[in-house]
Amino acid sequence: MKSRLLAAFLSLICLSFYAFASAPLQFQNTAEEQRFQALAKELRCLVCQNENLADSNAGLAKDLREEIHKLMQSGKTDDEIKTYLTARYGDFVLYDPPLRAGTLLLWLGPGLLLLVGAITVIIIVRRRKPAALTALQNEEDW
Amino acid sequence: MSRLLPLLGFFALLSLLGFGIWWNQHHAMNEVPSPLIGKLAPEFNLPQLDNPTEVVSRDDLLGQPYLLNVFASWCFACQEEHPVLNNYVKKLGIRLIGYNYKDQPQDAQQWLTRFGNPYSLILADQDGRTAIDFGVYGAPETFLIDAQGIIRYKRIGPLTPEVIARDLQPKLDNLSRETP
Repeated sequence: MKSRLLAAFLSLICLSFYAFASAPLQFQNTAEEQRFQALAKELRCLVCQNENLADSNAGLAKDLREEIHKLMQSGKTDDEIKTYLTARYGDFVLYDPPLRAGTLLLWLGPGLLLLVGAITVIIIVRRRKPAALTALQNEEDW
Repeated sequence: MSRLLPLLGFFALLSLLGFGIWWNQHHAMNEVPSPLIGKLAPEFNLPQLDNPTEVVSRDDLLGQPYLLNVFASWCFACQEEHPVLNNYVKKLGIRLIGYNYKDQPQDAQQWLTRFGNPYSLILADQDGRTAIDFGVYGAPETFLIDAQGIIRYKRIGPLTPEVIARDLQPKLDNLSRETP
């Protein structure tokens, strides 16, 4: 009896969540839906900044999804939609930022760090070789 | 000397960590700089909160600079900011226009009765559509818009006396110097 009541209660909670969820976006075909999903995954939600627009439950993310949907229906390309968003929110909305003067360090930084690391390793290895040899020779002396 | 190298490396890392902590404290890491600064404010047609049949457009507000303060009754930080608007911003001698963001008009009215209404005019953006054009992503936000309708400054997060003195006041001084 108790468990049945609990089950009824739980399903009521689920139903109430369902009722609050807004009407899902309508797509003409699956290709369009896939294009929408791919685009929404490339865009950052500005409210919870480590989430993309496709996954975020924030109110603004929902508004932006609707806006992107509307732009798609009016025949805008992915690039036009991205331009629309960066004009309002800046490059930050893009998970894949464009290469320009301000983002040069972001793009080249990892390669630069790798290069510095490689050079350090080479220097250490080169220095160690003679040192290890002399240490061996010293041991032989003992 | 070579024995000291790891220790030196450790201190180098430690100072990097210290610098990171210092940097984080002095910069709001969640803040996204607005690309709209220096540009014309987006066009809008929004109803007034207390008179929904009266629609206000961007061009209606030209001629005098104003602060556009994005607020909502569901926004907790707005509650914290509100005394600053009531006490400090009024003294700045600039029009303060409210931007009621994704809110129910009754909720907004009640909220204003409770905490005070510092605004000379309140625009209501119930579905948040115009807010996208303004690049709004959270409340409170405040825009400084000049007499020509150009966005001169944007504050993301609550205005505080410190923020007003450090960031907003210099921008206001610039404005009054341009138009003596």
